Amino acid sequence: MLHVRQLESGYGESLVIRGVNLEVGEGQVVCVLGRNGVGKTTLLKTIMGILKTRAGEVEFAGRRMTKEGPHVRARAGMGYVPQGRDIFPQLTVQENLLLGLEAGRAEGGTIPEDIYAMFPSLPSLLKRRGGDLSGGQQQQLAIARALVTRPELLILDEPTEGIQPNIVEDIRAAIRQIKDSGVAVLLVEQNLEFVRQAADYFYMMEKGAIVAEGTIDRLDDADVLQHLTV
Amino acid sequence: MALVLQQIFNGLSVSSILLLIALGLAITFGLMKVINMAHGELIMIGAYTAYVVQGLFASYMPASAFDWYFVVAIPAAFLVAALFGLVLEMTMIRYLYGRPLDSLLATWGVGMILQQLARSIFGAPNVAVTSPSWLNGGLMIMPGLTLTYKRLFIIGLVIVCLLCMFLYIYRSAAGRRMRAVMQNRDMAASLGISTRKVDAATFAIGAGIGGVAGCALSLMGPIGPALGTYYIVDAFMVVVLGGVGKLLGTVLGALGMGLANTLFESFTDASIGKVFVFIAVIAFLQWRPTGFVSLRTRSLDTTD
Repeated sequence: MLHVRQLESGYGESLVIRGVNLEVGEGQVVCVLGRNGVGKTTLLKTIMGILKTRAGEVEFAGRRMTKEGPHVRARAGMGYVPQGRDIFPQLTVQENLLLGLEAGRAEGGTIPEDIYAMFPSLPSLLKRRGGDLSGGQQQQLAIARALVTRPELLILDEPTEGIQPNIVEDIRAAIRQIKDSGVAVLLVEQNLEFVRQAADYFYMMEKGAIVAEGTIDRLDDADVLQHLTV
Repeated sequence: MALVLQQIFNGLSVSSILLLIALGLAITFGLMKVINMAHGELIMIGAYTAYVVQGLFASYMPASAFDWYFVVAIPAAFLVAALFGLVLEMTMIRYLYGRPLDSLLATWGVGMILQQLARSIFGAPNVAVTSPSWLNGGLMIMPGLTLTYKRLFIIGLVIVCLLCMFLYIYRSAAGRRMRAVMQNRDMAASLGISTRKVDAATFAIGAGIGGVAGCALSLMGPIGPALGTYYIVDAFMVVVLGGVGKLLGTVLGALGMGLANTLFESFTDASIGKVFVFIAVIAFLQWRPTGFVSLRTRSLDTTD
């Protein structure tokens, strides 16, 4: 459903992403791996449309999205959970969720119960301001906010980075649930053990380009893992 | 006693006018961070709208209905100024977000164009708007303490405007989108919000409220093409003094400026009073640079 071809993008004068090809199929969990600073976040931002595409193209759900802004892509069915979570700090948890509900492609109405089932701690926090939540709570809220838009593809940028361990397990369980519900996931994640469990396919990045890819059982080959050793 | 109360009432009245002028700026400058030097001219447009509506009522409506022209003039002023604001946003401001110096100069130019436009259409001399008869006179509380209906009406109008803005910004879905875009543009867009539409609507509302302020000013005296320039500095002062980005701050800023203005004026005279007010504001901002009300959460530590 997501096809990225020969993608190039960057900040200002510098080119960060150099000719990336990437595919995500229906209901697939695809993981982007690589050391810090190789361009994983930049790649996701470009796919979401937050950064402009310099060259190449992004096709999603049969539509060319290369020139469209993030709000068009979101309405077409992309959900985005950025690194650093980007909760609206001055809005309450409920308002954060309602934004996803009203602005997105969901038909409006009330926040669906299955979101609360996935994150049982959220209902008790509804009146709190987003900025007052802990990092782990913010991450859960960010995932929930993306899910209420009813995406077909969920883009997750390091969802467990800097989160306290007991919540990391909750978030991983949620990602498995999302996978089981048939939503495709494009994931940046450092923890190989979790990637082996959850992902179907991987891409390995180095210096802004894809240097290896394959089904997840190929991940442990020595020539693939060399790109992760520091 | 009556003198003190009269001074307080006058102070509140000045505050209410300042607040009405500053409310529009609290949106365009406070929320959107656009230094709109043409805001004064949007006020002027509102005032001339009142003048035009008055003229239309005098020509086409029975004389008995004339007194109600002002009720029509307020929403008309809002719509006309909002329309000007919308056009201004879509043709110019949109391309200048994040470039405060450029938008300052460009909007200043637009302000001068609008002033000249008013001069061409209505002529350079001031024109008078006849207040409706039900706003003449005043409420005499005790000898030496009279609350004029016009000033009471403006205080009421400010309260209504504040209430509407509060409901729109903090209780409606459109206001929620607006706050989301102002807090984190990229994330709001990633949820499917069209930030362009929100920007245009927000700027138009800020401009419209400026128009309402102009409508109210037409009650206070004759209006001319340069009407807005008298008030623009005070309005920016109120927003900065109150704390950028918070409605409550703007209210406190206007109250502080208005009361200080009448207080210092009663000791000295109008111009020296103004000097003292500005010195006080500058001294206050040295002590608290973020104004009366500042945003504080841990999540804001890294932004801006």
